[in-house]
This record gives sequence, C-alpha cells and structure tokens, in this order.
Amino acid sequence: MPEGEPLVRWDWIASHIELFGDLTVEHLKLSLLPILFGLLIAVPLGVLCARWGWLYPPVLTIANILYAVPSLALFLVLLDFTGLTIWTVVIPLTLYTLSVLVPNVVDGLRQVPEQTRQAAVAMGYTPLRRLVAVELPIAVPVIMAGVRVATVSNISLVSVGALIGIGGLGRLFKDGFDLQFTTPVFAGIVLIIALAVLFDFALVLLQRLLTPWTAR
Amino acid sequence: MISFKGVTKRYADGTVAVDGLDLELATGEITVFVGPSGCGKTTTLRMINRMVEPTSGVIAIDGVDVTTRPAAELRRGIGYVIQQGGLFPHRTVLDNVATVPLLLGWDKKKARERARELLPRVGLDAALGARYPHQLSGGQQQRVGVARALAADPPVLLMDEPFSAVDPVVRAGLQEEFLRLQAELHKTIVFVTHDIDEAVRLGHRIAVFAKGGHVAQYATPRELLAAPEPGFVTEFLGGERGLRKLRFFAELDATPEAARPGSGEAPGATALGEAPDA
Ligand SMILES: Nc1ncnc2c1ncn2[C@@H]1O[C@H](COP(=O)(O)OP(=O)(O)OP(=O)(O)O)[C@@H](O)[C@H]1O
Ligand SMILES: [Mg+2]
Repeated sequence: MPEGEPLVRWDWIASHIELFGDLTVEHLKLSLLPILFGLLIAVPLGVLCARWGWLYPPVLTIANILYAVPSLALFLVLLDFTGLTIWTVVIPLTLYTLSVLVPNVVDGLRQVPEQTRQAAVAMGYTPLRRLVAVELPIAVPVIMAGVRVATVSNISLVSVGALIGIGGLGRLFKDGFDLQFTTPVFAGIVLIIALAVLFDFALVLLQRLLTPWTAR
Repeated sequence: MISFKGVTKRYADGTVAVDGLDLELATGEITVFVGPSGCGKTTTLRMINRMVEPTSGVIAIDGVDVTTRPAAELRRGIGYVIQQGGLFPHRTVLDNVATVPLLLGWDKKKARERARELLPRVGLDAALGARYPHQLSGGQQQRVGVARALAADPPVLLMDEPFSAVDPVVRAGLQEEFLRLQAELHKTIVFVTHDIDEAVRLGHRIAVFAKGGHVAQYATPRELLAAPEPGFVTEFLGGERGLRKLRFFAELDATPEAARPGSGEAPGATALGEAPDA
C-alpha cells in the first residue's frame, strides 16, 4: 500500500457508484441463475431419487465429488468450451447448487410423515397430484434450507470467477490487488456480505410466505 | 353390502396377512374388526379401497368388484379415517376437510362451505377452521379426520383405530358423538380397533381377528359376550369377560332396546356413551 494512502478512499467510492451497480447486477445474475437452474434440475432428480431409492447413492456420490472439485479448476476447464460468457461461471455453480439441493429435496420428501402420505392415497389422490399437492409442499422447508445455503455460497463463490474475467463484484478484488489499492477490495467485501445477508433474509421471508403452517 | 370372498393377502416378503377371508358387512351398520396387533385388520380394511390389492379372492361393494374401478376414483367415494390422524400439516383445518370435495372437482367456495358446515357436526368450534393441525389437541385432530372422511358424503366409511391416540376420557366422548352422528347418517362403517370394549360399545357386528389373518368369530356383541368361541376368542376377551358381560347387559337394560347398536335399527344410538364407565 502506497505511503499516506488511507485504507478507504471515500471519494473513489463516490465516483464509482455506477460501476458498483453494474457489477452488483452481474454478480446477482451469476449467483442466482445457478439457483434457478439448480432447482429446475434438483426437484425432478430428487423426486426420482426418493421414488427409486437405488438411484440415490450413485447420484449423491457424483454430487459430492463435483462439490469437491475446486471452482477455479472447473472455470478453467469450461473456458475452452463456453469462453468469456456467463455460462463459464453459471454452469459450475449450477453443479454446486445441485450437490446441495438434491440431498435436500430427497430428505424433504423422505420426512413427509408416512401417515400423511397414506392419508393422501386414501383420499383418492393420483400419484402425480399427491406429489405436487401434498409431498412437495411439505418438503418446502427442507428444500428452502438448501436454497439458502446454496444462495449464500454462490454469492461468495462468484468472485473467484474474477480470476478468469467473469466475477461480478469479484473484479473489485482483482483490480484492487493488481493496483495495490485497498478501497475497491473493501467495497467488494462490504457489498458481497450485504448481498448475502439481504438475500438470506429475503429467502426467510419467502419461506414464511410459502409455508405459513410452520409459524409457531 | 361389502363382501369378501376367499380373500387372501400375501405380502412380497411372504407374510400372509389375511388368509381365505369370507365376510359380509351389512349396509348402514357398524362392523368392527378387533384383534391383537399384526393380525391383518388394517390390511383387510385397505383391501376395500384398494390401498392394498388382494393376492386372491374378490371384494365387492354392492355386488361390484372393487378392482373393476379405477383406484383413485373408488377411494374418493369411500371415507377413510387413518390411524393417528394423518392430517395434512400444510393445510388449514377447513382445507383438510375440503380435500375430497376438491378432488371431486367441486368449486372451492362450495367445498369450503361444506367443510365449514361439517365442523360443528363433529363437535368442533367453527373458529378452529383457520388453524393448522399442529395447533389442535389430539382429540380435535381426530375429529377433523372424521370430518374429512365425511366431507363428500360417502356411503362407506373406513376407520382405522380413529380414537386410539387419545386418552380414555376424550375417547369416550368421541365414541359417543360418533354413535350420535351415525344415528343420523346411517353409513356403512368398518371400524378397526384392538380394544374389545370399544368394539362392544360401537359395533353392530364384531369380527374377531386372530393371528395369521383369519376371523375367529363373527357375531353381534351380545352373542360374542354370551357365547365366545372356545380358545382364541375366549382368551382374547380375557379374564374380565364376566365383568364386561355384566356391564354390557346392564347398559342394555338401562337403554331403550332400539337405541343401541347390536339390536337392529338404531335411531338414537347415544345412550351407551352415558354408561358409568364412559
Ligand atoms: N407392506 C407390508 N409388507 C409386508 N408385510 C406387511 C406389510 N403391511 C403389513 N404387513 C404384515 O402383515 C401383517 C398384518 O398387518 P396389519 O397392518 O394388517 O395388522 P393390524 O391388525 O392392522 O395390526 P395393528 O393392530 O398393529 O395395526 C403383519 O404381520 C404385518 O407385519
Ligand atoms: Mg393396523
């Protein structure tokens, strides 16, 4: 850090608000699209795994192995295929999201009380309708717990993408580091934490709306 | 009438839950299945609405083989009260009760209306309609279960130990109201319990199930108490049988003959609930 330079230069922050805005939008796109795609894949996959138990162990193993691969390695591999598009980041994060969400969908469906399931059969639900109207709604709290973890983790992971040039607010870390200038790093950390807290809170509110029966 | 002809159920693991069952359950009456745990009562009950498919034999409702009807459609026409309530935790009391009407395609308003009018009939305050099941007592949950089974006014009602999860005082109250309701509704009811006192109190006829899935005796409460089959049934009725018999006939004496189950038509079958042991 150059001599006499303050830790945070507020004037720099004030003059770059627009940049923060653009980076924040990109950051959200990069971290939330994988949640959307993750849900679209994890729900049907989880339903299949809950229905045919033998499917679950191999799926879980693959999910865990994927989770263990460092994100940077995945970004670099994909760079050859998808280049400098958002997909280079969105695809790996979707895979991480899957490894969090699939187990939650399966656990959520498995904890539907057997009596409740039997009651639904006895009332005359067809299997598909039972899944949609009874089993999935009851699994929502467990699925939402997974969505919260994946969302916060994605918001933090996106910044790694800055190393390959697609990282939302992560760019502030890279620039700050390259220029030996702490202000953008500070701004990036604050914004990322703020986003994580904000979205976690929003998801809690969403869950309250979706599952009024869990309120005590 | 519900009839079982040569019905056997062997589960995939080889367990024979029901073995060569022949039984006829009269329309408009309460038939009780009683017996120790694991003797096939639930299995037999669930073969009526095809939740369990028989391995062999035929079950018919009013002469129509149940397996000739699509399972989901058949079930919507048969009320079911499940052991331990089994209410939908994510739906309010009102929406729980409205389940089958909605499945039958009634419009939402009419289904809710029907649910609302049923609550007082099963002894529930209308204000409870907006609650979720976990906000109710055990006894209230059982009542909701009964209302849910009655919602689409099915002619047949299957009840699997509906009152077993509540304490004896609440249970006596539920039994009493159940008899009062049945006196108005005249449903064909199959009622499962492992409690012989409950069987005697509620049943027009009682099928005593024995281990291995066969019926050891099928008789009115009066016949059962007066002349139990030697062996399993006598043993199952237990040492207290003499006492039970005395109590049963004492209650009978205290009740107008027509007003109780086990003695033909039962227009006001409530008096039993006021018995000293209730
Ligand atoms: N899905 C199943 N697969 C294999 N065996 C089963 C299944 N369901 C029940 N059984 C067995 O069939 C027998 C009869 O069971 P069932 O549930 O009909 O008894 P029950 O009389 O209702 O008992 P309880 O009073 O405990 O409810 C038991 O031995 C039980 O273990
Ligand atoms: Mg049972």
